Amino acid sequence: MLVANIQVSETPLVLYALRRADDALILGHRLSEWCGHAPMLEEDMALSNIALDLIGQARELYTYAAKAEGRDNDEDKLAYLRDVRQYRNLLLVEQPNGDFAQTLVRQFFYSAFADLYWRAMLNSRDATLAAIAAKSEKESAYHLRHASEWIIRLGDGTDESHARAQGAIDHLWAYTGEMFAVDDGERALIHAGIAIDPGALRGRWLTTLSDVIGEATLKLPQNDWMQQGGRSGRHSEHLGHLLSELQSMQRTFPGLTW
Amino acid sequence: MYTQALNTAETDDRGLEDAGKAAQFQARIDAEERIEPNDWMPAAYRKTLTRQISQHAHSEIVGMLPEGNWITRAPTLRRKAALLAKVQDECGHGLYLYAAAETLGSSREELVDAMLAGKAKYSSIFNYPTLTWADIGTIGWLVDGAAIMNQIPLCRCSYGPYARAMIRVCKEESFHQRQGYEIMLTLCRGSDEQKAMAQDALNRWWWPVLMMFGPPDATSQHSDTSTKWKIKRFSNDELRQKFVDATVPQAQYLGLTIPDSGMTQDTDGHWRYSEIDWTEFKQVLAGNGPCNRDRMAARRKAHDEGAWVREAAASYAAKRAQRQTAQAAE
Repeated sequence: MLVANIQVSETPLVLYALRRADDALILGHRLSEWCGHAPMLEEDMALSNIALDLIGQARELYTYAAKAEGRDNDEDKLAYLRDVRQYRNLLLVEQPNGDFAQTLVRQFFYSAFADLYWRAMLNSRDATLAAIAAKSEKESAYHLRHASEWIIRLGDGTDESHARAQGAIDHLWAYTGEMFAVDDGERALIHAGIAIDPGALRGRWLTTLSDVIGEATLKLPQNDWMQQGGRSGRHSEHLGHLLSELQSMQRTFPGLTW
Repeated sequence: MYTQALNTAETDDRGLEDAGKAAQFQARIDAEERIEPNDWMPAAYRKTLTRQISQHAHSEIVGMLPEGNWITRAPTLRRKAALLAKVQDECGHGLYLYAAAETLGSSREELVDAMLAGKAKYSSIFNYPTLTWADIGTIGWLVDGAAIMNQIPLCRCSYGPYARAMIRVCKEESFHQRQGYEIMLTLCRGSDEQKAMAQDALNRWWWPVLMMFGPPDATSQHSDTSTKWKIKRFSNDELRQKFVDATVPQAQYLGLTIPDSGMTQDTDGHWRYSEIDWTEFKQVLAGNGPCNRDRMAARRKAHDEGAWVREAAASYAAKRAQRQTAQAAE
């Protein structure tokens, strides 16, 4: 049957590109769910803009993953024909939008990392990844500024917005550790100068968080238990629902051109 | 996305503040001069335009919903990005048009409140559901196509801010229209199932799209005030006919059949369509279209659930202003 999942030869480089592509697609998809339903028109615009940037990043990374794999996969097969166990994104980005505070805290945690990550990746010895970094770095800087401004507004806004923002921070905090984890395959890429060591970014990431969250009169949680699994396909229950929607056309009408 | 010929015109000139000023105003219009926000204008001109521009803005915003319905299900990443960008454009048009309406003295909040209260209208076309991916192609091709037909003349509207807004909006709409047609072309060159999907979408959208141009000239209760003020330059039927003439060859090229068995071509080349079911149009305008309730509920939900966010932003802005004042005083 044509509807079957594709198989991907996950060499370290393919897997590396795939993980970042999945992060960008899933987060972009989540943000796109807001389009037409945001608290103000300016945020319909802004969230759609960020979603478009992320979907653009995902497309470049999928295309590169497919090229690195060297089979007949392409961006759409990688996005639409892998199931939940084959997806490699962070648990953080698949978490539901919740209210506006939850969406913006999720974005803030991710963008504060992505901003540092893509800037560091400018020095990748892999020319394609460095080129993707050059574009993504500019976009991520804007995403971080947008999210930071909202965290401050919500934290230092009304009692209700403060409580919602703090609730979102407490809820999502356990999903942030995964951004800094590295497995053996990635370690080899780091040694080769293709990837960067995310652990080295954690200090600066925490400084960004402390600065913004402090100004917002909010607090970082004390609990340092971190949930993991997304990178190896052990996801939360939310991702399957997202994929069933995202992939519905390709699953219903396999093998057609759209 | 689109403004509709609803009952926008004031019915007469009674109550014009000052006959001398009114004559001067009309002379400027007749000379094809643009009226700008700070210029004197009759109260009825202001009211007509506020209504028309805000209806247009509401249509853009409500129009995000039927297409937004497919953003999360677009069949490829390229289509997903293009659709998201398109719906975002509609939002931009809405913002731009609210700003144009604000130059006439009503705030965006007042205008939006009137829409949410059901007092202000938006285009009837957005009360139809998007059931398949072909609907996204059809909306781009036909709904945006009809919008362009209506909006090109508005680029020469006598009110400056509206005319300028339309120039920018039309450029984007024509891009959307080509994108929609390209979706249809892909479907029509695809499998039998895809072609059937395209034909089904055309069947469902054709008549509602013709209704977008508003009631027929013969039964229209409009005075010619909008025409005299050069807000409206072509009649509903003229625009509808132009649209049909432009669209029939496009459908033929796609290999699709216009769902009007009575359609004939005149010796002068015009495609004559059958009687439109105006009862349906009236029902949809009265709130009884397939999606009126859903569209209003979605906009109200976004508005209500976003209230705490807007309050937080306002509260933070006030605090910051207070701090800056305090700092300056030190």
